[in-house]
Amino acid sequence: MEEKARDTLIELKHIKKVFEDGVTVIEDLSLEVKKGEFVTLLGPSGCGKTTILRMIGGFEKPTSGELLLNGKDISSLPPNERPINTVFQKYALFPHLNVYDNIAFGLKLKGLDKKTQEEKVKKVLDMVDLAGFEKRSISTLSGGQQQRIAIARAIVNEPEVLLLDESLSALDYKMRKEMQLELKEMHRKLGITFIFVTHDQEEALTMSDKVVVMSDGDIQQVGTPEDIYNEPANLFVADFIGASNIFKGKMVGKKQVEFGGTVFECVDDYDVDTLIDAVVRPEDVEITEAGKGQLEGEVLTCDFKGIFYVTNVKTDRAEVEIHNLKSFRTGDRVGLNIAPDSIHIIPYDTSINHYEGRLDRLLPGRGFMIVFEDFTLQDIPYSAIYPGAREADEGHELLDEKGQEISWQGAGVVVSFLPEDAVLSDDPEAGFVTGNIFNFIYMDDHYRYRVRSESEEDYIVNDEYLWNHGDHVSISVPMEKLHFERK
Amino acid sequence: MKYAFSRKQLAIPYAIFLVLFVILPLLVVIFYAFTDGEGHVSFHNFLAFFASSKTVGTLLYSIVIAVTTTLICLLIAYPTAYVLAKTNIRSGDALLLLFVLPMWINFTLRITALKEILTLLEGNLAMHPFLNTIVGMVYDFLPFMILPLYNALVKLDDSYMEAAQDLGASRRHVFLKVVLPLSVPGIVSGVTMVLLPAMTNYVVLDMVYNSTYIMGSLIGSYFSSYDWHNGSVISIILLIIIGVSTLLSNRYTQGEENGRVGNLR
Repeated sequence: MEEKARDTLIELKHIKKVFEDGVTVIEDLSLEVKKGEFVTLLGPSGCGKTTILRMIGGFEKPTSGELLLNGKDISSLPPNERPINTVFQKYALFPHLNVYDNIAFGLKLKGLDKKTQEEKVKKVLDMVDLAGFEKRSISTLSGGQQQRIAIARAIVNEPEVLLLDESLSALDYKMRKEMQLELKEMHRKLGITFIFVTHDQEEALTMSDKVVVMSDGDIQQVGTPEDIYNEPANLFVADFIGASNIFKGKMVGKKQVEFGGTVFECVDDYDVDTLIDAVVRPEDVEITEAGKGQLEGEVLTCDFKGIFYVTNVKTDRAEVEIHNLKSFRTGDRVGLNIAPDSIHIIPYDTSINHYEGRLDRLLPGRGFMIVFEDFTLQDIPYSAIYPGAREADEGHELLDEKGQEISWQGAGVVVSFLPEDAVLSDDPEAGFVTGNIFNFIYMDDHYRYRVRSESEEDYIVNDEYLWNHGDHVSISVPMEKLHFERK
Repeated sequence: MKYAFSRKQLAIPYAIFLVLFVILPLLVVIFYAFTDGEGHVSFHNFLAFFASSKTVGTLLYSIVIAVTTTLICLLIAYPTAYVLAKTNIRSGDALLLLFVLPMWINFTLRITALKEILTLLEGNLAMHPFLNTIVGMVYDFLPFMILPLYNALVKLDDSYMEAAQDLGASRRHVFLKVVLPLSVPGIVSGVTMVLLPAMTNYVVLDMVYNSTYIMGSLIGSYFSSYDWHNGSVISIILLIIIGVSTLLSNRYTQGEENGRVGNLR
């Protein structure tokens, strides 16, 4: 790909957005958009992508942070004073005006003379392939035509930036495909910056120079479509973009990784024993005869999808999805091979499931009581925090190995645990903390859940059972799996 | 044979009502309007109405009262409805209720109450008959103006306003070029609901001791003196005014209506 040194056009710096009802949609987001780029904000609904777009358009004000256009802060400029135009999700074409008056709306406000107006309208109508539609009323247009008029109405003003808010989502599949290509072509011709918002990953990959993957008000990854697909930065991106097999495993040697009970060669290098997640795209798994593969398994299902088959193979440790051109029968024994460069390794995020607390008091004969923001842990053995420590004076003091008194009062402690050691339950009393399931990803033989507590703390838990988005659950971790560290 | 129930049959009760209480009385009114005492067809009654300066004066006075009432209602109701429909006040619905609540209270009761208030303020009501009439009429008809305007504005998608702003319109232009034209159907139905009833609602005039006649009082006085012919003529004249204004307003909102039907298909 050619990489031109382009100037920065829009810069978002530490943007925070809290809505009037007190909901924080965006905590702290920074993003740079270069001149002439086609940038797509991609993410599930509610991830904050539309809010970002509306802030750039001027329909929402950031609660704090800077929004720069050509280096100048525009966050308090109203929409009509920004050189930015928007194609709205439902087009928002004025029903009381015909096609011509809709497109000329902005030109009239600028006070251009009639002849120039007519010329410009004609030019953009040609561009969107609707020449001669000037006199048509909006209600007689099809969805696709309305879409084109909405684009024409925006670009006729020659904005520096064109914002497109889920603009293709109301069209049927074929029309959408067509418009994707047309928009890309239009972007090439106009040379202006496009910022496109969508939840459709395929759309994002097809059209953009740069994809910004968002989740939960945060940017997960910024990169070219190829980067995003081939080198997902984390599990969310891997799961959200395309289909993927995600395996839990660990590094066992130099460029050697173990998952699903087998050691694979790979191209990423991490320290031995690093816990990792391995992402393998379904089209990168090769099916071979039984006995000749790195993994062995039995075909569970094989479905025809038009240009390929989706085959699910159950190995003794995992379920693997494969996309290829061959069809198999349920029950066939097959071998599976994965080439080293098809394994993308994401080291475990070591910062997950770490919570800070404070030693609160001694429970005589039992252990520490530790208070965290979300929960309280009781009966924590003294030795888990101060190795060799023991209680004296009927629980009034704590002595170390040498018999010296330890001043533990109020000391900071961090507790952590691995996702696979936690257990979910629908009984709120069963665990030490409760929350709602916020999102989940299917992995080789289990699901990975993100649980969000009331105070907006996140907990990552692996569980083999299927829970639903929004389920209220409690989390428990066996005492011996909790890891404590003094701060 | 099985009895086949069709949906059309549901309309029978209304059809009977329509014939008995709308069509037949209308025919009777038309008959009286175009006949004289001996039952001969005659236009004399009409000519007499327009020849008499007294009756024409009543017609004009009614129009002045009705137009003034309608304009004032519109001026008060539009901003109110706009604020209720477009501001994110949580109590928006409760506020709307407050404005519409008077409709739930008996009309005579309301107007009597108003009369007492006005007497308290002015002393002798007979000093300002026109002003008091307008106050009474506006008070009476305001909810009928607010409601259709509110309905029209609440349905107006915010994205139209945002689109206008996006295309460079200032707040004033957003209102003049988008909000106002798109709320025309609401304005038209509000005006229809106020203008015509205001021409005939003589109870308000009676209550505030306005002794000038309006169309409604004229019909009342003719009918109570058993002058069916002249009373019917005035009814027909009002009917024509209603008919013409409905046609006009239909033409004005037609584009909008067609659009809606088109979307349904």
